[in-house]
Amino acid sequence: MKRFIAFVKKEVFHITRDFRTMLILFGMPVAQILLFGFAITNEIRDANIAILDHSKDHISEKLTNKLLSSGYFKLDSYLKSAEDIEAEFKKGKIKLVIVYGKQFGENLNRFRSSELQIIADATDPNTANTLINYTQSIVRDFVASLNPGPPAGIVIIPEVRFRYNQNLKGVFLFVPGLITIILMLVTAMMTSISLTREKELGTMEVLLASPMKPIQIIIAKVIPYIFLAFFISMIVLLLGYFVFGVPIKGSLLLLLFELLLFVLTTLSLGILISTIAKTQLVALMISVMGLLLPTIILSGFIFPIENMPRILQWISNIIPAKWFIIIVKNIMLKGSGLDMVWKETLIILGFAMFFILMSLKKFNIRIG
Amino acid sequence: MKIILYMLQKEFRQIFRNKGMLPIIFVMPIIQLLILSNAATFEVKNLKIYFNDFDKSTYSNRLKSKFYQTDYFVITGESTSRQMAETQLSRNTADIICEIPQDFEKDAVKYGFSKIFFKINAIDGMKAGLTVNYAQNILEGFLLEINSELSYKLSSRISTPRPKNIRVNYSNWYNERLDYKTFMVPALLVLLVTLIGGFLSSLNIVREKEMGTIEQINVTPIKKYQFIIGKLLPFWILALFVFTVGLLCTRYIFFIPLAGSLMVLYAFAAIFVLAIMGIGLFLSSVTDTQQQAMFVFWFIVVIFILMSGLFTAIENMPVWAQNLTRVNPLRYFMEVIRMVVLKGSGFNEVKIHFLIITGFAIATNSIAVWRYRKKS
Repeated sequence: MKRFIAFVKKEVFHITRDFRTMLILFGMPVAQILLFGFAITNEIRDANIAILDHSKDHISEKLTNKLLSSGYFKLDSYLKSAEDIEAEFKKGKIKLVIVYGKQFGENLNRFRSSELQIIADATDPNTANTLINYTQSIVRDFVASLNPGPPAGIVIIPEVRFRYNQNLKGVFLFVPGLITIILMLVTAMMTSISLTREKELGTMEVLLASPMKPIQIIIAKVIPYIFLAFFISMIVLLLGYFVFGVPIKGSLLLLLFELLLFVLTTLSLGILISTIAKTQLVALMISVMGLLLPTIILSGFIFPIENMPRILQWISNIIPAKWFIIIVKNIMLKGSGLDMVWKETLIILGFAMFFILMSLKKFNIRIG
Repeated sequence: MKIILYMLQKEFRQIFRNKGMLPIIFVMPIIQLLILSNAATFEVKNLKIYFNDFDKSTYSNRLKSKFYQTDYFVITGESTSRQMAETQLSRNTADIICEIPQDFEKDAVKYGFSKIFFKINAIDGMKAGLTVNYAQNILEGFLLEINSELSYKLSSRISTPRPKNIRVNYSNWYNERLDYKTFMVPALLVLLVTLIGGFLSSLNIVREKEMGTIEQINVTPIKKYQFIIGKLLPFWILALFVFTVGLLCTRYIFFIPLAGSLMVLYAFAAIFVLAIMGIGLFLSSVTDTQQQAMFVFWFIVVIFILMSGLFTAIENMPVWAQNLTRVNPLRYFMEVIRMVVLKGSGFNEVKIHFLIITGFAIATNSIAVWRYRKKS
C-alpha cells in the first residue's frame, strides 16, 4: 500500500510540475464556458440588409422603417438597381435584400394588394430561413395595422412556454456537453498520452521491473487523473451555476455517481489506446481523431442527433458520451432521478465493463 | 538550398516511415469530412409533437392534420392527460406539446378568438426557437384556410371591403434548397487543414526536443531559417494535399460546384496554412513536451473554431466578441471559402482578407523564427 501511495505521488508530481498543461487544463473549460455563455449565440440581431425600393412612396418607406426598428435588421445600403444585388451579396456583408416593386403603395391602395420580394443569401440556410420568417411576421403585423377595425376572421393566439430553459440560453445545452468533453480530454487523452510517454521514453520498463503488479501501476497512474477530472467538472458546474444560472435540479449525489461511472469508462478507453499506440503522436492522433472529434460531433453535444442520417444515429449509440450527456442533461436541467436515467446508466456501465476487460486483456498480452 | 533539400528528405522519410501516421494523415480527414458534413447540421426536422386535445372538434382535428402533413413534425401521440404529456417532454420522447383547450372551436366560431398552448423543451435554445417558428407558421396556414372559407361564406351575405394585403415572395440565392451541407462542407475543409497543418507542425520540433534528437541538429551547421523551412515545407505540402482531396470530395461526392476561381482559393489556402503553421512552430519552440504542445494547440484551436463563424454566425455575437474574432485567422478563411465556393466571389471581393492573412502569416512565422533558439 505504501508503495502504491508513493507511486500515486510520483504521478501527481508529474502532472502538477507541468505548469503549462495545468494552466490549459483549468483555463480551457473556463474560457470555453465564458465564450459559450457570453459570445456564442444563434439569436439573430442586427442582420445587415439592403433595400431596393423602386417605388419610394409613403407606404414602402413606412414598412422599411418598421423593418429597421424591429431590432433584427440593420440597414447597410440602398441599392439602385437589380444588378447591384448580386454584387452586394458577393461582397459578403449583407444577408437579405428587400425589393419593393414599382407602385408598391399605389397598388396597395388601388388593388388592395401588393407584392414584396425578399432575397436571402442562403449560403447559411438557417439564417436565411430565420430572417425570412422574421420579415414575414413583421409584414404581417404591418398589414394588420393597415386594416383598421376588428380583424377579419378568426384569431388564434398561441401561448408558448419554454420548459427547462426559459430564456433559451445556449449555455444550458453547453454545460453538460462541456463537462463530458473535459472528462474525455483529461481521462482518455491525458492518460493514454502519459502511458505512451512512459513507453516512448523507455521508463515503462523501469516501472514494470518494479515489484508492483501491472494492474497496480495502471491504477496508481490513473488515480490523479480521476481527481483532476472531478475537480475541473466541479469548476464548470459552479461557473455554470453562479455565472449563468444553469441549475442542478436533480440530486448532486446521483450526478457525482454518474460522473464517476463515466470517468471509469473513459479511463479504460485511454488505457486501451495506450496499449495500441507506440508513440505519443499516434496516441494523440487516435485520441483526437478517433475519440474526441466523434464525441464532439456525434454525442449530441452541439448537433442534435435526431437530424442525422440513420447510419450516424446508429453509430452514435456506441459513443458513451451520448448516453452520459443525456444523463447529465436530465439530472441537471430536468431534475430526473435514477428512475428516469437507469437505462442510460446501465448502458454506460456496460461500456465501462467492456473497456476495462478489453484493456486488461490487451495490457496483459503486451507484458507477456 | 542543398541543406534544405536534405532536411526535406529527412522529414518526408520520417513521415512516410511511420505507418501509424499515414492513415491518420490521409484517410482520417476524408472520413471526418464525410461524417462531419452529415452530422454537423442544425437543420431542424422531424420534431416530435405530442397533442393534448381537450376539444376533439373538427377544427382541432384539422389543425392536427396540418402538423401531420409537414416534414417538420412527427406526431408521437395524443391523450387528454397533461401529466402524460409532461412525461413525454421530460423523457425526450416529445420536443413540443400542443395543447388544444376545450371549446377551441366553439370560441373561435362564436367570438372569433381562441387560444392554443405550446410547451417546448428548450434545453437546446436554438432548436426551440425554430420549433416555435415552424409551429406558428402551421397555425398561420390553418387560420388562413379557415378564414378564407369563412369569408367565402360571409361574402355571399354581406359585402365588406377586401382587406389590404401584401404578398411576400421570397427566394433563397446560392442555396435554393436550403441544404445545410452546402454551407458546412467548404468550411469543414478549413477545419481539417487547420488540424492537420497545426498539429503536425506544433508537435514536430518539440518531438525532436523530447527525444533529444534536436541536439544533433543543433550541432550541424544548418541555419535557423533553413531548419524552419525544412520543417515547415513538408507539412505545408501535406496540408495542401489534404485540401486538394477535400476539394475533390466537395465537388464529386457532395456535388457542390465551385462558383469562383480555383486560383484564388489555392492562393488563400497556401497563405493560410503558412499562418497556422507559424502558430504551430511557435508553440513547438516554447513548449517542452508533445503533451504540452498538443494541449496548448488544442486550446487555441477550439477557441479559434468557436469564434470562426463555422457553427454560429459572427454577426450574432456581441460587439466585443466580434472584435475578438478579428485576430482569428480561421475566421477569414471560413469567409473566403464560403464566398468563393458558393457565391463565386472574385479576388476583388476578398482582397482585404488576403491582406490580413498575409499579415498573419508573416507575423506568426517571424515570431516563431525569433523564438526558436539553437541552444536548449
